[in-house]
Amino acid sequence: MTGQTKGRGTLKSFTISLTINGEEKMVPVMASDTLLFVIRHHLGLTGAKPSCLNGDCGACTVHIDGRPMKSCLMLAVEAAGKKVTTIEGLQGTPIQQAFIEKFAFQCGYCTPGFIMNCQALVEKHPDADDQTIKEWLSSNICRCTSYAEIEEAVKSVLKKK
Amino acid sequence: MLPFDFEYYRPQSLQEAVDLFQSLQRQGKQSMIFSGGTELLTLGRIDLAFTEAVIDIKDIPECNSLQVNEQRLLLGSALSLTKIEEANVFPLLTKISSGIADHTAREKITLGGNICARIFYREIVLPFLLADSQVLLSGPLGERIVSIHDVFQEELRVEPGEMLIQLAMESKYIRAPFYAFKRRQQWETGYPLITIAALKIDQRIRIAISGLCPFPFRSQEIEASINHKGRTIEARIDGALAVLPQPILADVEGSAEYRLFVLHNLLFDVLAALDQVQG
Repeated sequence: MTGQTKGRGTLKSFTISLTINGEEKMVPVMASDTLLFVIRHHLGLTGAKPSCLNGDCGACTVHIDGRPMKSCLMLAVEAAGKKVTTIEGLQGTPIQQAFIEKFAFQCGYCTPGFIMNCQALVEKHPDADDQTIKEWLSSNICRCTSYAEIEEAVKSVLKKK
Repeated sequence: MLPFDFEYYRPQSLQEAVDLFQSLQRQGKQSMIFSGGTELLTLGRIDLAFTEAVIDIKDIPECNSLQVNEQRLLLGSALSLTKIEEANVFPLLTKISSGIADHTAREKITLGGNICARIFYREIVLPFLLADSQVLLSGPLGERIVSIHDVFQEELRVEPGEMLIQLAMESKYIRAPFYAFKRRQQWETGYPLITIAALKIDQRIRIAISGLCPFPFRSQEIEASINHKGRTIEARIDGALAVLPQPILADVEGSAEYRLFVLHNLLFDVLAALDQVQG
């Protein structure tokens, strides 16, 4: 983080180092910028979707050091020095293929957030049981009611693992 | 992004955080201790929260402690709820934690943040009330360790500039039989009508409740009635319902009458689960 010595600065704006989808970037941010805002408006990565902006819907889910995170619930400065992965950083993963095969979306707006959450789930819990899948999927909302197909997609990937 | 700007500080030590708070106070700046920060982000977005400076405590080592041994369990205030659940060192705490918000949100919500939240449920405090926990606070006058019952009355009441650093409890509580349930109006994600947590220790049932009143609480009067062995179960529950704190909430989640109906049944469930259990 530049523009401030950690804990001693008095500034409201910073240049932070973000490793985004494997690429290190120096990004100017305001302290009040959410990570979602910076990803979309400074980095031009529009896969993470703004929706509720309140931590409820999960459409803006990304990975921070491999863990799912609602990017509307995180300040960009908090992500300094961390590895951020957005939907653009996933290329041809089994979960993406499974969403296609199982028709696990309709309008598609919630899909990037769901896929990021599902990807973290299958990485962290390759033997996930029904309860774990339900618990993780309850973090995201789909208004087109694709829940059953999304669950099928997750289970098909877990089965292959 | 939030509709107001603020200064952001990330101290690396307790002393640095305390010094920062005092320095900001001398400058006449309103500051906020920040850990997960979900309330600042969600309420600030709609102008219900404001600060001129944020002191983010998540890099302070003491705030990230997670220690368990034969004698005690110790948890840092900046631990996320998912980290606490993954460690699963206190099954009652794991159960209560896993009912809060949703899994991804709990990656961000922290132990200290939930206890200090403005939102009145503050459910994560329930197991700590039941376990007579000790609280480590740090502030301008130094550090102090106090009973949670001395500083948590409806909400955490600390001196200006004091921060919640750690909570600790004797290990006997983490192995005690327990019952916990979060009753919602509908679905399995969202705010509770009532969350109840009960634990049996030294042959007595302890009960703490969130969602019934506009604050979480543990009540000696309720526990006295519930543990009155000479009476019928119905009489013990009626006695508990007669000594509830006030007011009983009536909101979009449920009327006061409905909440009392739900609580009545939950107390039956507590007794069914724990009354005959050795604890």
